[in-house]
Amino acid sequence: MYYVGIDIGSTCAKTAVFNGDREMVLSFVQPTGWSSVDTAEEIRKKLLEEGVPAEESVFVATGYGRVSVPYADKMITEITCHARGAVHLFDADTMTVIDIGGQDTKIIAIENRMVSDFVMNDKCSAGTGRFLEVMANTMALRPDELCELARTGGGTYISSMCTVFAESEVTSLIGRGEKKENIAYAVVDSIAGKVASQCSRLSLDRGIVCLTGGLCECGYLREMLGEKLHCEVRTSPESRYAGAIGAALAAFSVKKKRADTGGI
Amino acid sequence: MANYRGMWEQLGMDLESHDQLCAVLPTAFGDVYLSQENRPEAMSFWDMVVADIHGIRPAELIEEQKKGRKVFGTFCVYVPDEVVIAADGIVTGLCGGSQFWVPGGEQVLPKSTCPLIKASVGARLGRTCPFFRIADMYVGETTCDGKKKAWEILGKDVPMYIMDMPQMKREKDIEKWYEEIKDFAGVVEKFTGNAITPEKLKEAIHIVNEKRRALARVYEARKADCIPISGKDALLMMQIAFFDDPVRCTQMADKLADELEQRVKDGVSVFPEGTKRILVTGTPMAIPNWKLHHIIETSGAAVVCEETCTGTRYFENYVDEAGQTLDEQYRAIAERYMGINCACFTPNTGRVDDILRLAKEYHVDGVIDVNLKFCCLYDTEGYTVEKALKDAGIPVLGIETDYTDADAEQLRTRIEAFVEMLG
Repeated sequence: MYYVGIDIGSTCAKTAVFNGDREMVLSFVQPTGWSSVDTAEEIRKKLLEEGVPAEESVFVATGYGRVSVPYADKMITEITCHARGAVHLFDADTMTVIDIGGQDTKIIAIENRMVSDFVMNDKCSAGTGRFLEVMANTMALRPDELCELARTGGGTYISSMCTVFAESEVTSLIGRGEKKENIAYAVVDSIAGKVASQCSRLSLDRGIVCLTGGLCECGYLREMLGEKLHCEVRTSPESRYAGAIGAALAAFSVKKKRADTGGI
Repeated sequence: MANYRGMWEQLGMDLESHDQLCAVLPTAFGDVYLSQENRPEAMSFWDMVVADIHGIRPAELIEEQKKGRKVFGTFCVYVPDEVVIAADGIVTGLCGGSQFWVPGGEQVLPKSTCPLIKASVGARLGRTCPFFRIADMYVGETTCDGKKKAWEILGKDVPMYIMDMPQMKREKDIEKWYEEIKDFAGVVEKFTGNAITPEKLKEAIHIVNEKRRALARVYEARKADCIPISGKDALLMMQIAFFDDPVRCTQMADKLADELEQRVKDGVSVFPEGTKRILVTGTPMAIPNWKLHHIIETSGAAVVCEETCTGTRYFENYVDEAGQTLDEQYRAIAERYMGINCACFTPNTGRVDDILRLAKEYHVDGVIDVNLKFCCLYDTEGYTVEKALKDAGIPVLGIETDYTDADAEQLRTRIEAFVEMLG
C-alpha cells in the first residue's frame, strides 16, 4: 500500500508518496494551472505511470484545491499538513513553521508535535509568493533570480504593503533609474518585513524556526527573514513538499474509501 | 409574498430593488438552514417568519400604527425596551445584516465603516427594508464613532433621538445613564402621547424580563453534552427576537426550550458525538448574517453559545422588579443595562470574565472571536480577549470579516484548521 499526499496550492501542486515502511519513494511538483480538477487527474495518471496505482494507495488532499481531488480519501487543511510535514522533516517536537505560499502566508506554532496556534494573512497578497512573482515579472526576472540579485543591492525600500501599489512603486523606481539590484533588495525586504510582522503575533522563542513552501528555495529571503526575526531560519531541500509530506503521513491513519470499481 | 406589494408601495419602498433582495433570500435560507437535519420542530415558527420577513411583522406593525401606536426603531442592546413598552410603544430592531445594503451605505459613508452601519444606512436610504420605513422614530446611541456620525446622516431623513452612552462604568456613569433613561422616557411619553406610570413600567419590566428568561432557557439547554439545537438555529431565534412582539417571542422561545429540554433528556443531538463545541464571541450578527455560523457548522464543529449582542449580551441579567416608584424603576433599568459588557467601555474586564465563564458553562473546546471589519473597538479588544483565553488554556481563533462571501473559502481553511487543532 502507498500513502499519497497531494497539496494543491494556488501556484503549484505537490505530490509526495510514502511506502508502507514510511519512506518517501516519490515526490513531484507541477503548476496548478487553471483547473485543480484537471491537475488532480494529471497527478493520478502520473502516479499510475510511476507504478503507484490508485487502488493500492490511500490519498489525503490538502491545499486550497483539496476539494478538487475527487479520489481523495480525506481532506485536511494545509495548516495541519504543513505542521506535520515540518515535524517530520526537521524532527523537532517544538518549533515554528513559516510557510510562504503562492497566495497566503501561514505562521504555525507547534508544541509536542501538534499545532498549538497559527496565524494566516488576510485576503491581501503582500508577503506571499504572488507578491514576489508580480514584482519579478515587472522587472523581467524570474523570482529566484530576483532573490539572488537582491543580495548585491541595498538602500532602497518599498513603502507600500499592497501588491498593486507596490508594483507601481517598483515601476517608478525603474523609471527613476534605480539600480535593478537595489529594487530587488527592496522587494525581498518588503516580503521579509511583512512576514516578520505576522510572526510577531506568535512567540518564536520556543524551538527552531523553519521555512516551508515555495519560497524556501529563495536563500536570500530566508537570510533576511532570519535577520529580522533575530534567529536562524532553517529549511531543507524537501521543504516545499512539507504540505504533501504531512498529508501523506496523515494518510497512514486514514481508512481507504471503498475501492474504485468503475475505472477512470 | 405578492400580497404585500401594496403595503410596500404605500411605504414608499423601491420595489424593483426590493424584488432583487427578496429573490436571493429564499435560496440563501434554504442552503444554510433547511439543509440541516433533525431540526427542532419549534423552529417552524422562525422559518415562517423568515419566509415572510418583510411581510408578516411589518403588516402587524402597520395595523398597530393605525390604532395610534408608535414604532421605535433601535440599533443597540443598551436602548431600554421597557421604557417604550411602558408608553404603549413598540420596539423593532433595525440593524442591517446583508451585503445587499452595503453599497447604498457606501454612497454616503466612508468605505472603512463597519458593514453593520453601512448596511443599516443603506437599508434606509435605499428604501428596501419595510422596518426602516415603518419606524416612526429611530433611537440611536453613542456606542461608537461610526454610529455617532451615521446618526447625523440618518437624522436628515427620519426623526432621530440619540441616547448618550457613558464610556466607563463608575458610579457617576451609572447615574448618568439613569438620567439618560429618564430623558428618553420623557421623549417617548411626548412622542406617544402616553404617560409612563409605575404600574405600566412594572408590567413592561416584567414582559422584557420574561423574554430574557425564555431566551436564557434555550441557551441553558445548549450547555448539555448532547447538542439539541444547532448554533445557526439558536442564532435565528435571537435575530428575530429583536423584531418580534416580546410576549410572542417569550411563548415561542419557551416552546422551543420545552422541546430542547426533552431532547436533552432523550440524548438527542443534531451533531455527531465528539463534534467540537465552539463559543463565538465578538460583534453582533444581524439578520440575515449567518455566514460565520454556517462555515463553522459545516467544518466539523458546532456553535454552542454566542457572547455577542445577538447572544448572551441581549438576555443576561434581569431588571429588578421590586421598584415601586418610577425613580426606583429607572435606576433598576440603568443598573441592568450597565451590566452589559460591550467593547465600547473602558476598561471592560467584565467581558473577559463573561467569556471565561461562558467557556466553562458551555463546556467549549475552543473560542472563535470575531469582529466585523472596521470595528475598531472589538478588533482592539480582541487582543485582550485572546490573551486571556490563551492564559486560561482555551484555544482561540481570531477572525475579522464582513458581509461579503469573498473570504468564505479562506475562513473555511482557517476554521477547519482550528477544528483540526482541537483534535
